[in-house]
Amino acid sequence: MAQVASVASFGSSGQLTLGYNKLNSLWGIHLVRRTSRTLRSSSCRKFDYLKSLEIEEKINKIRWCQTANGARFLLSTNDKTIKLWKVSEKKLKNVSNLNVDPSVRHGNGNLVGSSPVQSPKGYAPPRSINGGAVRRTLPPISSDFVFPPGGIPSLHLPTVWSHETALVARCRRVYANAHAYHINSISNNSDCETYISADDLRINLWNLEVSDQSFNIVDIKPVNMEDLTEVITSAEFHPSHCNMLAYSSSKGTIRLIDMRQSALCDRHAKLFEEQEAPGSRSFFTEIIASISDIKFARGGRYILSRDYMTLKLWDVNMEAAPVATFKVHEYLRPKLCDLYENDSIFDKFECCLSGDGQRVATGSYSNLFRVFGAVPGSEEASTLEASKSPNRRLVQTPTKSGNRLFNVRGGDSPGSEINGGQYDFTSKLLHLAWHPVANVIACAASNSLYMYYA
Amino acid sequence: MAMVDEPLYPIAILIDELKNDDIQLRLNSIRRLSTIARALGEDRTRKELIPFLSENNDDDDEVLLAMAEELGSFIPHVGGVEHAHVLLPPLETLCTVEETVVRDKAVESLCKIGSQMKERDVVDWFIPLVKRLGAGEWFTARVSACGLFHIAYPSAPDLLRAELRSVYNQLCHDDMPMVRRSAGLNLGKFAATVEPANLKSDIMTFFKDLTQDDQDSVRLLSVEGCAALGKLLEPADCITNILPVIVSFSQDKSWRVRYMVANQLYELCEAVGPEPTRTELVPAYVRLLRDNEAEVRIAAAGKVTKFCGIISAQSAIQHILPCVKDLSTDSSQHVRAALASVIMGMAPLLGKEATIDQLLPIFLELLKDEFPDVRLNIISKLDQVNKVIGIDLLSQSLLPAIVELAGDKHWRVRLAIIEYIPLLASQLGVDFFDDKLGTLCMQWLGDKVYSIREAAANNLKRLAEEFGPEWAMQHIIPQVLEMINNPHYLYRMTVLSAISMLAPVVGAEVTCQTMLPVVINAAKDRVPNIKFNVAKMLQSMIPIVDSTVVDQTIRPCLMELNEDPDVDVRFFANQALLACEQVMCA
Repeated sequence: MAQVASVASFGSSGQLTLGYNKLNSLWGIHLVRRTSRTLRSSSCRKFDYLKSLEIEEKINKIRWCQTANGARFLLSTNDKTIKLWKVSEKKLKNVSNLNVDPSVRHGNGNLVGSSPVQSPKGYAPPRSINGGAVRRTLPPISSDFVFPPGGIPSLHLPTVWSHETALVARCRRVYANAHAYHINSISNNSDCETYISADDLRINLWNLEVSDQSFNIVDIKPVNMEDLTEVITSAEFHPSHCNMLAYSSSKGTIRLIDMRQSALCDRHAKLFEEQEAPGSRSFFTEIIASISDIKFARGGRYILSRDYMTLKLWDVNMEAAPVATFKVHEYLRPKLCDLYENDSIFDKFECCLSGDGQRVATGSYSNLFRVFGAVPGSEEASTLEASKSPNRRLVQTPTKSGNRLFNVRGGDSPGSEINGGQYDFTSKLLHLAWHPVANVIACAASNSLYMYYA
Repeated sequence: MAMVDEPLYPIAILIDELKNDDIQLRLNSIRRLSTIARALGEDRTRKELIPFLSENNDDDDEVLLAMAEELGSFIPHVGGVEHAHVLLPPLETLCTVEETVVRDKAVESLCKIGSQMKERDVVDWFIPLVKRLGAGEWFTARVSACGLFHIAYPSAPDLLRAELRSVYNQLCHDDMPMVRRSAGLNLGKFAATVEPANLKSDIMTFFKDLTQDDQDSVRLLSVEGCAALGKLLEPADCITNILPVIVSFSQDKSWRVRYMVANQLYELCEAVGPEPTRTELVPAYVRLLRDNEAEVRIAAAGKVTKFCGIISAQSAIQHILPCVKDLSTDSSQHVRAALASVIMGMAPLLGKEATIDQLLPIFLELLKDEFPDVRLNIISKLDQVNKVIGIDLLSQSLLPAIVELAGDKHWRVRLAIIEYIPLLASQLGVDFFDDKLGTLCMQWLGDKVYSIREAAANNLKRLAEEFGPEWAMQHIIPQVLEMINNPHYLYRMTVLSAISMLAPVVGAEVTCQTMLPVVINAAKDRVPNIKFNVAKMLQSMIPIVDSTVVDQTIRPCLMELNEDPDVDVRFFANQALLACEQVMCA
């Protein structure tokens, strides 16, 4: 079974991660140094004993935290558990010149010398069958032992030298058992101290240093679950105002909340919602209105949202309608019925912005993604394909014909035919991330990661 | 490989294990770093061990934390204060690690060492370290730097002092909120070492900037700074500089900042003095008590007694009491619970008359609250009111409240009330207790929840201590012993545990006469759990009773149990018999 990338994310200085499900591993690619490597493949299948549910081995979201001491920190989450990872280079060490030769270290009748010697001169501690260290009794220093004032010349410190470095990822903290539903987003606060995690009905606030408690700040769970009409689909903190956060719902609304007002933020400060045009209502209206991803844009002045058919840019100061709407794959509108049949209509596409906020991008089917100019007056709209084809150059669509599609297509791209009316709904490009400073987009399509330089 | 002499062997192992693969062994070695240092001698500790530790700081947090702690008291091992500076490099690197607890410990140890260092050494070694950390590349170093200024500053000559102040200024305006938080948090300590002239100019500017920070987390930490700085300033300066800040904080847009003010306002009152408190801070506090955020009201309500303690009784009655009345019917149960936990303390402050007129209705109201925590909080502080107005006025309302809590469907509530019963008993007196509460105490022995039965047994013991053995003999012991006939063995166990708790209190005579026969009888129980508990109990009775009783009654019974088919019963009987032997021999 092929691995499918489930998330891609750029860090503040351009490092990138990509999460896979199935193996629950993360790939890290450091663009600055142009090296790529697997960071970890960890954690076996998990099980929620309270709910008797198997927790899918899939990383839903990754967020980078503040770097410190050259080590990078990131938060990852699967459906239930958030983890804080530290990725750093660690020197591998060898120890030699010990005081007591480990191979003769059974002087006092303890069965310790039987352990295998790992490094040429260092020694491994004795291990019991279950892997724990054998508790051995160190003979106590006799109470009448007198330390000579100048010290004991025959004793010396072991010599340590390091010969190589390795990239090590360690799980530093696990924030678990706070979500009854599946976690869909995590987002760091600008105070570098807290973050939020959102599931279908609740948003919790955590302190990065405290893994055993979190505060519920939003709870939209109705008393009676039959009254449930909408779920939270995504949540994000404002990039600089520590008290503001936005969350989107399956009804196509975005709520902005101010954590200063109250400890429980069930009441929103602002509600962004577009009135639907009368008469256009159909069976699919509500389904395709569901917002799959939101991002704050340009220092927090704008919010970018992605619903099934469009990408919308909202001005934080204008709640009634978005300032711009970009149609992503309007040609699919007649096919909504098919998409509903094969569940594709519930696909959650992510959206992203360039570092300068001038362009926005989001994915579509057949491994395509679209880039739009987000400044007023710009009619830039291009379609690109994520494929291995050598001819993967970015080609600008002529600005006036923004609706022409499929003008970029690799010759050997499998699974879809050009203009054949056949869309490949299995090769969807859900996850993509834009480099914070460079004009680079990373797209995760099925099991590959593609980089685009604009 | 050199072989090590026998007496040195443990030390040699200890040194080797500084670099073991097993973290527990490394931790053990680090914890005994002082032994290693003594073995190496002062000279080699300075030249070898300390550099070794500085280089090998790429370890697990637990090891680093232990290292930071050990190094703080390492001055004697490196040859005294004149060599203290050699300890700075390893601690400096520990100040930059990303784990907060390690950094904090390293800062603490550095402060400990720095405060012992000679003035010249501080200038030569410590101050450069502070400056290096303050200009560190990563925020971790800068966060740590903030906590070191108050040690460095007093030893610095004037020029260097100006430089240190400017470094601190940079830290207060750092890009990273965590550095600004640390600067805010340590400002009070630093300010205490700064000369008054600079305090008023530089430090107050830093403070003002921090209080206007965009990040809520920075602003709310500077609330604490208000009290610390207020104590350093002249009252007049305090009123001009600190008071406006407090007042504006109490109306901050962020409820978290107001929450901090509510928690600390009474300390701030001390800083500004009585007159501004009356004119400015009482209104501010009243606003907080009426805040529209429940969390703020909880904090404010929890401090109502402390706040009333520093203002006059008259102004408390006039301004605070109306708010308290409103809070007693607050929509949030947590607000009412916070109020209930402190409101009893207001009685001594307001005096008898005001308590009866004003507070008593509130107490009675809270005693009827639908939320059990509120009632419990009132009951737990009963002694404070008793001193002022006596218990009679309350007792009529108390009883229904207690009875209701005693039967609450949440066992934790029942547990809580049981724990207050001895307090109640001492306040209400024997007569009231016998009439109303005696039956309740017995009822709990038969509770469905083990923790309750256990607490009930313990409660009986405390009651016996309170009212004396004679009372216990009349009112407790017969009822308890009666319950030994309960058909369920778990309830019989409760009786046994109650007996074992009561025995030391009531003394040998009562124990032998009434309780011992019941226990001996229980040794014939059909449930092994009862039998081995009997064995355990008999063992605990041995020191209490006479040796003849041990010989004639306890020992034969144990011998019998020692032949029991059940292995556990035999084990405990055997243990008890061994204890018998020891007593006999002695």
